[in-house]
Amino acid sequence: MLRFIGKRLWHGGLTLAALVTLTFFVMRLAPGGPFSRNRKISPEVQANIEAAFHLDEPIWQQFGRFVWGVLRLDLGPSTRHRDYSVNDLIASGLPYSLTIGFWAVVVAAMVGVALGLAGALRRNSATDYLAGIVGVVGIAIPIFVIGPLLQATFALRLDWLPVGGINNGWHSLILPVVVLALPNIAYISRLTRTSMIETQRENYIRTARAKGIGWRRVLWRHTLTGALLPVIAYLGPATAAIITGSILIETIFAVPGIGRHFVDAALNRDYPLVMGITLLYGGILILFNIATDVIRAVLDPRIRNER
Amino acid sequence: MSVDLAPPRGISTFALQLRRFRQNGLSMASVVVLAAIVALCFLGPLAFPFTGEDADFDFISAPATFSWPHLFGTDDFGRDLLVRVLEGGQVSLTIGFLGALVAGVIGVLYGAAAGYVGGRADGLMMRVVEILYGFPYVILVILLSLLFGGGNIALFAAIVFTLWLTPAVIVRAQAQSLAQREFVQAARAGGMTGPAIVLQHIVPNCMSIVIVYGSLLVPEVILSESFLSFLGIGIKEPQASWGNLIQTGTAAMDTDLRLLLLPGGLLATVLLCLNFIADGLRDAFNPNDR
Repeated sequence: MLRFIGKRLWHGGLTLAALVTLTFFVMRLAPGGPFSRNRKISPEVQANIEAAFHLDEPIWQQFGRFVWGVLRLDLGPSTRHRDYSVNDLIASGLPYSLTIGFWAVVVAAMVGVALGLAGALRRNSATDYLAGIVGVVGIAIPIFVIGPLLQATFALRLDWLPVGGINNGWHSLILPVVVLALPNIAYISRLTRTSMIETQRENYIRTARAKGIGWRRVLWRHTLTGALLPVIAYLGPATAAIITGSILIETIFAVPGIGRHFVDAALNRDYPLVMGITLLYGGILILFNIATDVIRAVLDPRIRNER
Repeated sequence: MSVDLAPPRGISTFALQLRRFRQNGLSMASVVVLAAIVALCFLGPLAFPFTGEDADFDFISAPATFSWPHLFGTDDFGRDLLVRVLEGGQVSLTIGFLGALVAGVIGVLYGAAAGYVGGRADGLMMRVVEILYGFPYVILVILLSLLFGGGNIALFAAIVFTLWLTPAVIVRAQAQSLAQREFVQAARAGGMTGPAIVLQHIVPNCMSIVIVYGSLLVPEVILSESFLSFLGIGIKEPQASWGNLIQTGTAAMDTDLRLLLLPGGLLATVLLCLNFIADGLRDAFNPNDR
């Protein structure tokens, strides 16, 4: 088990190192710099600015400086927002992104598993069809279509909820969380349904019933624990989906989170901020992938003993 | 009384799979709808005397009156909405199908080669895939489209570069078991070279699994394209794509939902059809997985 975790951590570190390198060189090779705007500035000023951000050093030295900064968790100043460091900007945005992401995961997991269970237990019932429709809609209609539609309906026409922003407490959270959770509800309910149906046919379920255990206990203790394995395996991809979604959600609902910062930074070629947020996202994703693998290995000895 | 019994006709696996797919009503309906949308997008704009980039200053922000010439009205530059949406569809659909095809081909060749060769080369090749897999997909697309400097080709390259991984992993697993089979060993004993075996024996035997997963790639590519264009990183005005049309529609939604509903509805319909087709293909190719 320890060896397994060690191997996963080593691979995760390798991925992170590759991500650091790739991000750095992509941002340096990309055409146009943060200061190559149309505004005319004298060569002395240009040289001064480049010296201040160390853009005049050879690229290997810049890379070394960057790696050293990452190791000390110091991502340097933003080139776009004067007087703010990348850390300041991430610290200001992260709470909003985390709040929305956290509730979206909770809602998606609870509603998704409940819908999937209901569908599997009463196949071809009204609930099953409802779950099927939610599944199809959630997967096929992109966030950036359903988000504005819900905004137009519940905020502009009915005036029940705020259109966007963050100033109305938990009221502002409802629409972003629901929209962000929807695609994941769809995946999780589909996954739960198929794996519940498969697990119900397993021999060990029949054995449990034959031993005289009541169906309710078999359902909660035997079927559900087995059936939720693929759902837990979806935790990694779900994190990626939530990250992707939160970039859109924060743009649509005008939330000042890190996803919004990321898009702005990419459009403005704010290198340090793009690199900082990329590393943060990459780190979160790698961590969750490792966590997923470890949880699955704890639950399922077949995975643990893979070579 | 004698009954003429026709001898049972041999039927290939592929014909059987095709027959199973045809029996799936939802998938067949999706094929029809999708074909209609594709035809409309590519032929429809020809019926109008203007293109989606021509501004008509007599009709600025005209509402949808369903009357000639602006059936669904115009946007605030006086450009015909329907024609813009159809032209945007050309871009989105082309990138979708072409992107899935190119990503699929790269992935299949890479995976088949890795699985066939095996050993240290395979380990190294798969380590590369594993590292790329650890990257947040969207971030990678955004970084790459910045690297390639924006524009259609850059967007296309970025999407392909991030989506060839899944087919590579799937095909590699299949190729690994195929490489141990007798007919492959016979081919090797007969003097076939490695690349020839990969192309003529390994790849054709992976086809059914590739078709199933490839059909899921198409909606993914279309979604990525419109996602990036929505954020303003992909295809930019004045060229239309479903993503940037939806973005324009979002900005105007408090006055006029039509600008959002037409491109959004079309995009959702296409994604829905592609998902149903993928489901039908999966059921037809592995009936036991249902």
